[in-house]
Amino acid sequence: MVAQKEKDTVTGVETTGHEWDGIKELNNPLPRWWLYVLYATIVWSVVYWIAMPAWPTISSYTKGFLGHSQRANVASAIAEAQEAQAGLRQAISDSDPGAIIGDAALLEYAIAGGSSAFGDNCGPCHGRGAQGAKGYPNLNDDVWIWGGTPEDIHTTLKYGIRSGHEETRENEMPAFGIDGILSRTEIDEAAEYVLSLSVGASDAAAAERGAVIFADNCSACHGEDGGGDQSLGAPNLADAIWLYGGDKAAVVESIAKSRRGVMPYWAGRLDEVTVKQLVVYVHSLGGGQ
Amino acid sequence: MTQLEQLADEASRLGAMAHGSVETIEAEAVNSPQRREMYASRVKVHPKRVQGRFRQIKWVVMALTLSVYYLTPWIRWDRGPNTPDQAVLLDFPGRRFYFFFIEIWPQEVYYITGLLLLAAFGLFLVTSLAGRVWCGYTCPQTVWTDLLVTVERWVEGDRNARMRLDRAPWTWGKVRKRAVKHAIWVLIAIATGGAWVFYFADAPSLAVQLASFQAPMIAYLFIAVFSGTTYLLGGLAREQVCTFMCPWPRIQGALFDEDSLLVSYRPHRGEPRGKHKRGQDWEGRGHCIDCNLCVAVCPMGIDIRDGPQLECIQCALCIDACNSVMRKVDLPPGLISYDTYRNLEAAAKGATARLRLLRPRVVIYVGLIVAVAAVMFVALVTRSDLDMTVLRDRNPLFVTLSDGTIRNGYEVKVLNKAHTERRFRLEIEGLADPVLSAVGLKDLQGGPLAFVVAPDNLHALKVFVAADAAQVPGGNVPMTFILREVEGQGEAVRRTETTFRGPGLDPGS
Repeated sequence: MVAQKEKDTVTGVETTGHEWDGIKELNNPLPRWWLYVLYATIVWSVVYWIAMPAWPTISSYTKGFLGHSQRANVASAIAEAQEAQAGLRQAISDSDPGAIIGDAALLEYAIAGGSSAFGDNCGPCHGRGAQGAKGYPNLNDDVWIWGGTPEDIHTTLKYGIRSGHEETRENEMPAFGIDGILSRTEIDEAAEYVLSLSVGASDAAAAERGAVIFADNCSACHGEDGGGDQSLGAPNLADAIWLYGGDKAAVVESIAKSRRGVMPYWAGRLDEVTVKQLVVYVHSLGGGQ
Repeated sequence: MTQLEQLADEASRLGAMAHGSVETIEAEAVNSPQRREMYASRVKVHPKRVQGRFRQIKWVVMALTLSVYYLTPWIRWDRGPNTPDQAVLLDFPGRRFYFFFIEIWPQEVYYITGLLLLAAFGLFLVTSLAGRVWCGYTCPQTVWTDLLVTVERWVEGDRNARMRLDRAPWTWGKVRKRAVKHAIWVLIAIATGGAWVFYFADAPSLAVQLASFQAPMIAYLFIAVFSGTTYLLGGLAREQVCTFMCPWPRIQGALFDEDSLLVSYRPHRGEPRGKHKRGQDWEGRGHCIDCNLCVAVCPMGIDIRDGPQLECIQCALCIDACNSVMRKVDLPPGLISYDTYRNLEAAAKGATARLRLLRPRVVIYVGLIVAVAAVMFVALVTRSDLDMTVLRDRNPLFVTLSDGTIRNGYEVKVLNKAHTERRFRLEIEGLADPVLSAVGLKDLQGGPLAFVVAPDNLHALKVFVAADAAQVPGGNVPMTFILREVEGQGEAVRRTETTFRGPGLDPGS
């Protein structure tokens, strides 16, 4: 209650006693209908509690008799979208990856779906931009250890590499150092030769000696010119791309200890449409053959 | 309290102060804080019919604004095949706004910013010149309230008849009158809500859908919302909306100045007011005969003679009312009229003040309006029906290929805003011997990319550009995408600059 009553001279209305820069607040009564609007909102909130999910309980919440559920809405929206895309999904299911790439509408749909599935399933190792990392191939470039045609990518995706799947692709490069096949000097010379195939050797004489070691131990899989063999999964050693690093130390380590990267299989874990979408997406990244 | 109790009460009190002191009477002021109501009940306003110049203007404005509102969606405008032929259409599913010859895409929504700026400055200008013209003549709240009050007057009679009807008991006649009034209000409300949805879909086909109950649910929902608000705000709430809900009365105080023309009572001429009999002398008294007609016609229910006030929407009906009275008593009109505060001040001292329309704020508002209108005009006239955006891949920034060349990826989007199919060719500038390719386009390696963009459509291309690493010694070089139209309407060219990145060459090697 205001201790001192003060009336505004112009309007004759009592002030609240609050003043800002000489302007005093009038104590006009609120319209009664405004009060009723407040009551109406209170009634509405009670109706809302009954109709909609509202109050938390100890282990659950009050469901509301309208049965509203955001989760169910999302599920039905997804089901609706999949139904709307049923034709496209069926066409993808029925076609080879190569045929999908040849069809503009299927290609667009597959790339969109593949991009999303890639982020969820492949990104953790290959990177969201498929840029790869040491030991995880960059999928944007034109180098493929096990082949870059749609069919090759499809096989790799379905069965993986050294994945444990019965259809998996696998190979095993000997660990020339650990297994005592080559001496330290021989490994060093072989590494010099391998480097001479691309960036150049630091010791030409060693590289020359290494050529003999390479021909005896490596060329069976990697080829006489170090060009590799995709059917065996033997990498090309003569190009500019290195999965485990292209400096001498990394090459020495690869020869001495071998490298046995694993790619999991996705058959049975992702549906066939998603796998094909991933094939098309990876193929479209710029290196597909 | 019974009479007996009252007597006993009185007796005890008298006994208590029987010691010769002055008697305290139990009485309390009606407006004491204890008595004052926390909430004010609404005093119903019954505006009386009035005729005159400003009422005429209001009728014309009402007819004009209502016609524009109800009829605009039905105006047809030919834009060629496969495009809507509705002059004004806000096509949300199709992501296009159509306004006669103007057609905008979502990314051009800044045109709407321009429109809003023009509306705001226009409002400021008009208000600083002649007060709340918007409120008094053109605001939808005013126009629809005016329309619904006219209906009420037609059904229930003028002010006195309506007040009598309010007080009358609920007879069959009263029920009938009220029912007719509300029925017409509801019809007008539904027509209002119904007209609204036609701005968002093809009006004739939506009308058929609505009539056959085949329209989308959202259309019925919006009709219901706008019908409800029209009925509630225009029919029932009326002046309460302006006084208690609208922020504009609070803002306008900052827009007026001493030279704004406001609907004003001229106290120097009117006071002292008093009743006047025919033939009585005007000497020594004001021209206001205190007939209260200005109060009776006011849709806000206020007395203009109390001076400028928050509630006044400046509809000028009190001017018409007072002028009609002045004619009857053979006095010149204008006791209430559009006048400036400066002139009223001067008149109180027997002088007159010059009307100053050209004030700094007016000049500034006009300047802003002209500037915004000019910018919008230039933007609209120079609007291209072709656009291209280029987004460089950032992950990875670049890709090294097996032969050591560098490849960059770009997301190129070509916007064909024309209503015809167009064929384009994409080239680049800034790199020697670039190798271009695009996802989904075949046999284009090494040559310019050619593709077709459907009418009124966007075409997205994933483009790869490969070049020798030696061309980007510093890590990046500027590069330009050039879009050429190979057939159709002329050789439209768009250039978009971007960069080409590589690892950079080691300065030591």
